[in-house]
Amino acid sequence: MKTKTTKRDHSHWMFLAPYIVLFTTFIIIPVGAAILLSFTYFNAIETPTFIGLSNYVGLITQDEVFMQKVLPNTLTFALIVGPGGYVLSFILAWALAQVPKRMRTILALVIYSPSMTAGVAMAVVWTIIFSGDETGYLNSLLLTMGVLLEPIQWLQSPEYLMKIMIFVTLWGSMGVGFLAMLSGVLNINTEIYEAGYIDGINNRFQEIIYITIPSMKPQMLFGAVMAVVGTFQAGAIGVALSGANPTPQYAGQLMVNHLEDYGFIRYEMGYAAAISVVLLIVVYAFSKVAWRLFGEKD
Amino acid sequence: MSAFQGTKMNPSKFHKSQLKFLAFLIPLAIFMALPIVYIFFHAFKPIDELFAYPPRFFVDKPTFQNFVDLFTKTNDTGVPMSRFLFNSVVVTLIVVVLTVIISTMAGYALSKKNFKMKKAIFEINTLALMFVPAAVAIPRYLLIDELGLINTFLVHILPLLAMPIGLFLVKQFIDQIPDELLEAARLDGASDFQIFVRIIVPLVKPAIATIAILSFQLVWNSIESSSLYVNDEGLKTFSFYMSTLTSTVDGNNVAGQGLAAAASLIMFIPNLVIFIILQSQVMNTMAHSGIK
Repeated sequence: MKTKTTKRDHSHWMFLAPYIVLFTTFIIIPVGAAILLSFTYFNAIETPTFIGLSNYVGLITQDEVFMQKVLPNTLTFALIVGPGGYVLSFILAWALAQVPKRMRTILALVIYSPSMTAGVAMAVVWTIIFSGDETGYLNSLLLTMGVLLEPIQWLQSPEYLMKIMIFVTLWGSMGVGFLAMLSGVLNINTEIYEAGYIDGINNRFQEIIYITIPSMKPQMLFGAVMAVVGTFQAGAIGVALSGANPTPQYAGQLMVNHLEDYGFIRYEMGYAAAISVVLLIVVYAFSKVAWRLFGEKD
Repeated sequence: MSAFQGTKMNPSKFHKSQLKFLAFLIPLAIFMALPIVYIFFHAFKPIDELFAYPPRFFVDKPTFQNFVDLFTKTNDTGVPMSRFLFNSVVVTLIVVVLTVIISTMAGYALSKKNFKMKKAIFEINTLALMFVPAAVAIPRYLLIDELGLINTFLVHILPLLAMPIGLFLVKQFIDQIPDELLEAARLDGASDFQIFVRIIVPLVKPAIATIAILSFQLVWNSIESSSLYVNDEGLKTFSFYMSTLTSTVDGNNVAGQGLAAAASLIMFIPNLVIFIILQSQVMNTMAHSGIK
């Protein structure tokens, strides 16, 4: 090792090779394949046949479930959980930065811990809490308090499922983005604040807008991307909670579930691929907004 | 000019001006912790308490019975629970270690080397930050089938190793290391590999800790590979096993609830421990490393 000097010209490929091979195989190729398959009819047995834009046309014009339930559901869910969880993360990080270290560490740990368990695995706890008979915790509590007269089938009810999904996802959304923002707030040089006060900043709101956020843009952006990705990754929660795909009356049906419904239940792979492509575009559009807001301009 | 004194960030001691933050943070933290505290109590409840009416939050006579049941239970096809746990531990260890190594190596090349494709690769990776694996579940399935990975142990590991967010983070961190430092080492005769191990790795520990956390959560909680790519029961993971317990909790299944709560606790504890270990490192190194 000591005497052997690697040839400098190509050494970068040595360091990059494992990542690039895996990245290409499991990210680039599937995305490319999704795009190609979306122009075909493919039932997983026969060879795919090219059908042009039919899948997309069908998705927009004939798939009533998609246009009336899945798309509005996805947008509602994403618009509340994404920005909601993000703003909440920032406020919490900002408030936490202003309490002493020991207390901060404990509180941060508590606030962060739901995100460790978030996801489908946690659904077991929620199914017990929101259980539909009177032994469910929420039902029992509300019945005792006299708010309800009879138990509600929370997870089977089209009226409540979406709200519960949003609540559960928000609860678990103080994840790594939150941590990044916390360390971002803590690492801002105090002299910047001093300078700001001299320049006439005279309330907390101005301080946040003109000093705190601009000084931690990289963390803000990181947090935003995490929020977007986390939101769309949480898509399986509705199916996990209600225990069925499709969810009751499609109330909690998101694009990810619709895709699995067509891909793995009905074996209409080409059609499912078209849904994939639309989903990727939606995620991209959301992330683009975040890059616009916090990306480095230089 | 202005008498306004705003935020005292990172205060060293308590001051009553912090009370307003605590008044907001503490109740919220308690509220957020409730479901987790609830798993703790639920996991230790004996059967009569699990189904007491009205349901009780606290456990009265704690018992390890749920854990005993869980560990002695085998699933429908005769695979013992310990097998799932073993699979999960092995898969998680391998994925976390390899992800950290692969991302840090790639981050070093993308940050400190000069070559043609450098910018393009990083930009593609940045685009891939928005990648949601669930969106391409179908082509991924076809590809994994094509590669002959269905029903193998590798299928839990390989798809999770390339983590765009990990590369992104570590590259950003390595960017902060001054080139002069590497140049000096090179003049002292250090090889590329030595520079990587002796200089880069120690300086980017915060990023490494963060990748480790991210990767751990991804793989430990993941059920996709077990539910989609593996039919052989003996090769499935604990998180997947746990999700099958969920489906048997329908309010009538008395034993199921206790088992599920005990399993949730087993899922949760490693998350908590790893985070406690790594968070102090992330926060400490960030504060003292001088990397801005």
